[in-house]
Amino acid sequence: MIFAKELNDTLRGALTGDRRVVLLGEDIADPYGGAFKVTRGLSTAFPQRVRTTPISEGAIAGISAGLALAGYRPIAEVMFGDFLTLMFDQVVNHMAKYQAMYAGQATCPVVIRAATGGHRGYGPTHSQSLEKHFLGVPHLRVVAASLYHDPRTVFADFLGRDEPVLYVEHKLLYPQHLTSPVNGRVGDLIAGSDASPGALPTIRLSAVPAEDCSVSVLAYGYQAHLAAQVIERLAIEEEIFAELIVPAQIAPMDWAPVERSVAVTGRLVTVEEGADGWSWGAEAASVISRRLFGRLDRPVDVVASDATVIPSSKTKEAAVLVGSARIEAAIRAAAN
Amino acid sequence: MSSTALAPAPAGTDERLTGVPGEPLAHRRYRRMRFIRRFEETLLQLFEEGALNGTTHACIGQEADAVAVTEHLADGDHIFSNHRCHGHYLAHSGDALGLMAEIMGKEAGVCRGMGGSQHICAPGFKSNGVQGGIVPNAAGIALANQLDGDGAVSVVFIGDGTLGEGVVYETLNMAALWRLPLLVVCEDNRWAQSTPVAANLAGDMAARFAAFGVPVREIDSTDVEELSTVAGEEVAAVRAGDGPRVLLIHTYRLCHHSKSDDERPQDEIDAHWLVEPLVVHGRRLDGADRSRIDDEVEAALAEVVATARALP
Repeated sequence: MIFAKELNDTLRGALTGDRRVVLLGEDIADPYGGAFKVTRGLSTAFPQRVRTTPISEGAIAGISAGLALAGYRPIAEVMFGDFLTLMFDQVVNHMAKYQAMYAGQATCPVVIRAATGGHRGYGPTHSQSLEKHFLGVPHLRVVAASLYHDPRTVFADFLGRDEPVLYVEHKLLYPQHLTSPVNGRVGDLIAGSDASPGALPTIRLSAVPAEDCSVSVLAYGYQAHLAAQVIERLAIEEEIFAELIVPAQIAPMDWAPVERSVAVTGRLVTVEEGADGWSWGAEAASVISRRLFGRLDRPVDVVASDATVIPSSKTKEAAVLVGSARIEAAIRAAAN
Repeated sequence: MSSTALAPAPAGTDERLTGVPGEPLAHRRYRRMRFIRRFEETLLQLFEEGALNGTTHACIGQEADAVAVTEHLADGDHIFSNHRCHGHYLAHSGDALGLMAEIMGKEAGVCRGMGGSQHICAPGFKSNGVQGGIVPNAAGIALANQLDGDGAVSVVFIGDGTLGEGVVYETLNMAALWRLPLLVVCEDNRWAQSTPVAANLAGDMAARFAAFGVPVREIDSTDVEELSTVAGEEVAAVRAGDGPRVLLIHTYRLCHHSKSDDERPQDEIDAHWLVEPLVVHGRRLDGADRSRIDDEVEAALAEVVATARALP
């Protein structure tokens, strides 16, 4: 089943299992069922709790926060992750503040789902991966959808905890098939899973056992899917062996699986689709450099997209965004 | 309306501040307004002494709004307030010590010193210091009430200055579309910090709400009796499930915006001191009753301050 349908099934399960779950978002009602069809059928089944809204992201976030304060479990859809900017005040000054500033007397467990990312030709304002601007907001969790994390497990975690969470869903994941590890493998890759305390499991993928890898690669979301293809190809064609580390939760980060991997390889490449600079990879470089200073063979390499607008033109967009070629070049350089 | 229809004094609070059992409603209203007034004047004095940290926004001159609206709220209803929230909180809860300790930054404060003056949380009450964002939060609580079908009302207090924030209009639209049990109380005190309403607000204030089909009840008054009558009608209409409504109160802030920032014309301020809520309503009490209530409030507040100061 493709990821969009897995998500749909997950949301249906959440609505069925918990009457406190409410979905809000633009154009999410049937027959349209959302811009990426993730909510198709849900408003028909749950007309009171699945509500299409006006084009009002600030109020969608703010009403979700109020529902959460009142004990509900709102899940807000952001049609394009670019529009998260219109929710920023609600996220930073309202939902992420309430529990701590009210000394634990209230909780605000909002889930914001945002369709992010480029490579679709949607241009400067419908292609961005803006999650880096939300990393480090105190008391906000940021989790990235991936093909290695079953959304049922992810949403069970969200709905079982009290913190607000931003869940970024790269658009190019929607038509892909979920490939959760089975019997220690994802396809031909060896798969390991680290139970990250307080976060969702971190998945590790490699063509050979981790102790035989010479490069660690840290990636999330759609870029992790691309990186998995790259490390598999490099292993077969070039005998370059890299271990790919895929967290679900990218902030706050459980760095332990990354440290364990880099302690073996001495080399780290981070990959993200957001714009270069002040980023997730920059934080990873800072943390790993501090914790493993004497054990690194080379500086941490941060792979990110060019810090500019994302062009609409297919060729120009491909030149700006991180894709397989940039990931491969970085891993090759690190392995040398 | 009989006094028994109005919310009783909260349990566990000092009845010298919130109302002595059996006293006439007019006395209780005077007492509650006097309590809020003297609480805030005491705060300003404590700031002068250097006993308090940070800042505060007093509602001196607007006490009648808080007392009038909260009289009509019941258990299960919820108030969301703003930076100028002391009056709303004290009228709702009577919790003088919890708020005083909070503003003093004490562990015994209502939010253990995390929130301070403008970030308060207690059963049925919350406040936040950013303009506008509390309106959708209150609408979300109203949506929860609607889904629960419990007949509870969500009230949000905003000011004329808040009308500059876009999310207010996003929320009015959605609240009207979904017929949410939301009462917006807009206290137009004519000044947004240092800027007069004429420099901040184009067009007609009431028309802004009416554009969404939301009924607006407009009143220019500092009289707690008048205000209570219209507030009671508005709360009842929202509770009946008729959708959101707005109570637009034209009033006046007699003190500075926060602590010492006031460049307003002195003659304008002086004129409003002649019609402030304690003067307007105080005329209904005889002098002996006023003095007695004043003394009781003063004694109770002195104990609150002494107790709060002694807290760790």
